Amino acid sequence: MKAWLLLPLLLLLALAAQAAEPDARRSGRDTMSGALRTLQADDAQHPAQLALALGQELWAQGAKSCASCHGEPATLRGAAARYPASDQGLIDLPGRIQRCRVRHQQQPAWAPESEPLLALSALVAQQSRGLPLAPPRGAELDAAAARGQRLYTTRIGALNLSCAQCHDERAGLRLGGSLIPQAQVDDYPVYRLEWQSLGSLQRRLRGCLSGVRAKVWDWDSAELLALEVYLARRSTGMAMQPPGVRP
Amino acid sequence: MATRAVITLPVAIKAGEPFEVRATVAHAMETGYRSGDDGARLARDLVRRFECRLDGELVFAADLFAAISANPYLSFWLRANKPAELSFSWRGDNGFSHDETRRLNVA
Repeated sequence: MKAWLLLPLLLLLALAAQAAEPDARRSGRDTMSGALRTLQADDAQHPAQLALALGQELWAQGAKSCASCHGEPATLRGAAARYPASDQGLIDLPGRIQRCRVRHQQQPAWAPESEPLLALSALVAQQSRGLPLAPPRGAELDAAAARGQRLYTTRIGALNLSCAQCHDERAGLRLGGSLIPQAQVDDYPVYRLEWQSLGSLQRRLRGCLSGVRAKVWDWDSAELLALEVYLARRSTGMAMQPPGVRP
Repeated sequence: MATRAVITLPVAIKAGEPFEVRATVAHAMETGYRSGDDGARLARDLVRRFECRLDGELVFAADLFAAISANPYLSFWLRANKPAELSFSWRGDNGFSHDETRRLNVA
């Protein structure tokens, strides 16, 4: 066969192979038990429904409420899919809500991981259900993603483990009795049954850090945000279903 | 912050047909066996009793204990023959009390 025929043929074959390769990424919600999947899928049973009700209440509360600028929460459909973002520094969704509260509502910031902040995060995230994660790009975010990837693959803590060793190399296996998920971030904030409450991605990451006996990074530290940026990119394109339910 | 409860009922209820009631109330259900970050014991704080009344008649009740999760969620089935008022009450430690009422659209 002539070389000029072979080249396009090879290209075609390569393209076909790429298209046929299935997405190996699995959301944590697809690997948890059927009972938990039911719990997440049914809004009337969802353990975060009380938080969502609080979110609705807060949304309309005060002289200068969320509603007075944004209208209905549904106008923010798609917003949660576009975080973490870069706007005068890295910022994730709870960070954006805090900034809105301080700058535009002139209210004191909530404590990290406080009930109202989680409730509003869950309400805003809920509006983006079914949409693919589409974190933005940009120089600052690229640098953060690179740093996040380094952090993800660096061994830390007294147990000397990296994120990747569990969540890439051993995903699908078990740690004690629990399944190790792939660390996809498509459902945050999540209601963890272990926590008996909603929690942000930062809480989840801090939990892992203390699990490997490493220094736990501060809330909204550069390290946590960089890791969040990297994880969001890793899950790009996956359909989000927040708020999630996790064991 | 005001106590919140979420109650889910079917939109349309047929007279004499069973329907599912789901009720959850925001409550920490602190067992009294846990310690806080400072090592001090967290005081017990539980919802003790849930009651559901159909036009004043007790139709469902539950005693709750320390092993029940935060934001206790109860689901049960009832039957009603005519439009009625369904009232819910939660009572617990430290004077905790919360009441809700829902109108049943029985057709």
